[in-house]
Amino acid sequence: GIPIRTTLDNSTTVQYAGLLHQLTMKARSTVRDIDPQNDLTFLRIRSKKHEIMVAPDKDYLLIVIQNPCE
Amino acid sequence: FVSFIGHPEIFPLVFTTKTQEIFNCRVNEDVKEENCFKLIKKEDIIQDLKTRAAISDFHPVKKVVLEYPGEELLVVFDAKFQHGQNFYLVASEEAKENLLKPPETAEEKEEEKEEENREETLEVHPYTPPVHKPWVSLGSEKEVEEESVKDTVTKIKYMISRVRRKFGAPITFTDKNASYVGDSYVECASYQDKNFSIKMLEKDVGVQMVPKVREASTQTKWTYPKNTATQYFPRQLSNEEKEENLSSEKLKDFLTSVHLRMEIALQQNEIMNAFFDDWKALAEDESSSGGKPDVYLKAYQSFLDLRYLKDRTISCVCWHPTIYGIIAVSARKRLSHEEQVNLSDKSLLQQSVIIFWSFFDPLHPQLILECPEDVYCFQFNPSDPNIIAGGCINGQVVLWDISQHEEKLQNAKPVADEIMMTAVNMVNASILNIFTEPPLVRYCAVSSIQYCHKKPVTDIHWLPDYFEDNRMGATFENRAEIRMQLVTCSPDCSILFWDAPATKLPEQSSAEKVKKDDIFYMPPDVPDTFKHVDICWKPLIKINLCESDTNTEYSPVRISLKELHYHYKTSEKLQSLNTLEASAKESPYTEMSTPSSKNLKALQRIFTNFFVGTEEGEIIYSNWIIEIDSDSAKPVSQKHAQKYTIHTETINTLQRSPFFKDIILSVGGRNFAIWKEGVTNGPILQSSCSAGRNTAGRWSLTRPGVFFIGRDDGNIDIWDLLKKTHEPSHLQNISKSVITFISPWISSSKQHFLAVSDDLGVLHVLEICETLSHPSGNEHANILDYFEREVKYLKHCEQEFQ
Repeated sequence: GIPIRTTLDNSTTVQYAGLLHQLTMKARSTVRDIDPQNDLTFLRIRSKKHEIMVAPDKDYLLIVIQNPCE
Repeated sequence: FVSFIGHPEIFPLVFTTKTQEIFNCRVNEDVKEENCFKLIKKEDIIQDLKTRAAISDFHPVKKVVLEYPGEELLVVFDAKFQHGQNFYLVASEEAKENLLKPPETAEEKEEEKEEENREETLEVHPYTPPVHKPWVSLGSEKEVEEESVKDTVTKIKYMISRVRRKFGAPITFTDKNASYVGDSYVECASYQDKNFSIKMLEKDVGVQMVPKVREASTQTKWTYPKNTATQYFPRQLSNEEKEENLSSEKLKDFLTSVHLRMEIALQQNEIMNAFFDDWKALAEDESSSGGKPDVYLKAYQSFLDLRYLKDRTISCVCWHPTIYGIIAVSARKRLSHEEQVNLSDKSLLQQSVIIFWSFFDPLHPQLILECPEDVYCFQFNPSDPNIIAGGCINGQVVLWDISQHEEKLQNAKPVADEIMMTAVNMVNASILNIFTEPPLVRYCAVSSIQYCHKKPVTDIHWLPDYFEDNRMGATFENRAEIRMQLVTCSPDCSILFWDAPATKLPEQSSAEKVKKDDIFYMPPDVPDTFKHVDICWKPLIKINLCESDTNTEYSPVRISLKELHYHYKTSEKLQSLNTLEASAKESPYTEMSTPSSKNLKALQRIFTNFFVGTEEGEIIYSNWIIEIDSDSAKPVSQKHAQKYTIHTETINTLQRSPFFKDIILSVGGRNFAIWKEGVTNGPILQSSCSAGRNTAGRWSLTRPGVFFIGRDDGNIDIWDLLKKTHEPSHLQNISKSVITFISPWISSSKQHFLAVSDDLGVLHVLEICETLSHPSGNEHANILDYFEREVKYLKHCEQEFQ
């Protein structure tokens, strides 16, 4: 995807946008394959260092990267 | 059948009847078979020829007749047509004769033969002996002659004679091998005579053209393009497009629809720590309750220099903030308690030094800092580790600048590599000195004797970098972020704030400086960083610790200010800051001279309270802000001081916890205490009186609940508040003499060191084991809990007892 608005630096943003877009597509197609009536509403990826939250839509994608709260 | 065909003299003739009448040779009348000869005169023939010319029978033989030499020609009746016609003419005399006579016989023979043949009788032919005939050459003699062999060469005749007596003599024959004697035989070997070898120059060869057929196969490598590297750049929207997108309706709708979900997720994250690893936490709880592996301090190195540290004790130990493995010790004379009191009488013969040790070279000190007097305490400047400030026994404050030697310290290598050591930053000291003699650095600034402490400076700290004080005591923001202010305290009941001017300050005469009349000789190699304040350095502020009402004075031994964050910066940053400063129009320090500094805004929020530990064992909590009394318009110091007497002897340690800014550890005499700032009832934790004296104490840098206490029997007590609060969790003996100073340090994430110095002048560096250095997961929270519980308990107790 093409980033419109970001708070991170450009290279990271572009990287996240591209990769997460593909992942979201894949996740959405997975969900719909299982049940065509279904659709992906939210995607959360928890890793050791961050939590990435993706909210997909028809045209846009909102990505939030959060550090673990201590 | 005798045939005379071919006989040259016989010419067959045909006689017609007419001719026969003429010549009277009518058949069977004149001429019969037995009497076949008729002689005709030549003249008659000729006449006949003339008369009858062409039709004459003699016409064909006209020539023969004419040439006939004789008179008469013989005509022979040929009844048998032997010559083809019934008559023939004999052309020659001899033939005529032959025919007349022999042919008679011949004819007789013929007749006889015919008779014989007719009769077929077995009558024996009467033998007639052959008649000798003259030989007629038929040409065969030529052939004979050709074939006969005749001698072409005359034969050579040899006559060989021999003496007669030799004939018949007995002869003996011997055998001899022919090959032994060279000439006995002549061999005619056969050889291939080239003359007779025929070289075949031409040969007829049949050639057939056949196409050569060969089977071969290949396999082609199917090369297909495969991406080895792709260079790409991401698509980006231009700014206008971005703007357009941002303001579009679709985006707004999207955001409204999505933001709720996101909020839920974020809230969830807030509520619960998603990264909490339950398994790990479980494990830790178990391990902390059960038997833990041995807690220990592993001896790493110990340093002792006999030359400088003879009969000396180490008063202060400091780690170099940036360079790994460099630790500095200050030594002072070992004095008994009484001597310590009457210090002014002592003349110190031995040079007092601060020694720099490096891990890599336990035998040779890296650097020696010369001190005018024994240094009681010293500190590295956190913003510029090359500046070291020390407090001396006579009350002076000394500054060193070791930026020249920084390179050397950084390059301090193990002993084996010393030869290869890059002597990049060579001091003027000769090269040999590197190996034998550590460089001696003279101090570059000493405070003026009039204005410094009267008693030994017992504690010295660099002030935090974000505020400064000026003369009036108002704190100001330190823009240049160079830590340049010191606070010292001494048992002469005063706390002094010093202002160490920044390095590379342009030489300006400020009101502070006292003119140097006497130009004293500055030894070489001493950086003139502080030259302009040398000897004439004066403190900024002096605080007298005395209680105004009771007029008791406190003699502070240790001081602890709040907010002492040490952010150590390397000198590069300092350089950049310096250049920044150089370009700045006015340096903040020159501003110091004037009381009013309008440019720098005053920070009111800085907490300027401090703790002081005194010689008598009291803990004082006070404030240094000088307030201007509204009534008398005179600066009046604040009076709010709280005093705690827990300890019975001199406080030797007063330290804030590196984890909790308001928790302070105080060690003195036979016990120690933990205080919380703001809690005025008393210490949170107070240890029981121990058998020996506690001589040093430090918080651990990594674990919030751990601290080390040094004792006078050379033991280190390791206290772990999570385990036991009534006694140390671990004891370890380090040396035989009194522990004088403890300093923990984190060199790397794996190496945590504890520097322990003792009374004999030995510096022990110990490695803190992992259990002591790595905190458990929620240790911080637990300790905090514990402190809070204690505070509550205190409050409760107070309420109870009131």
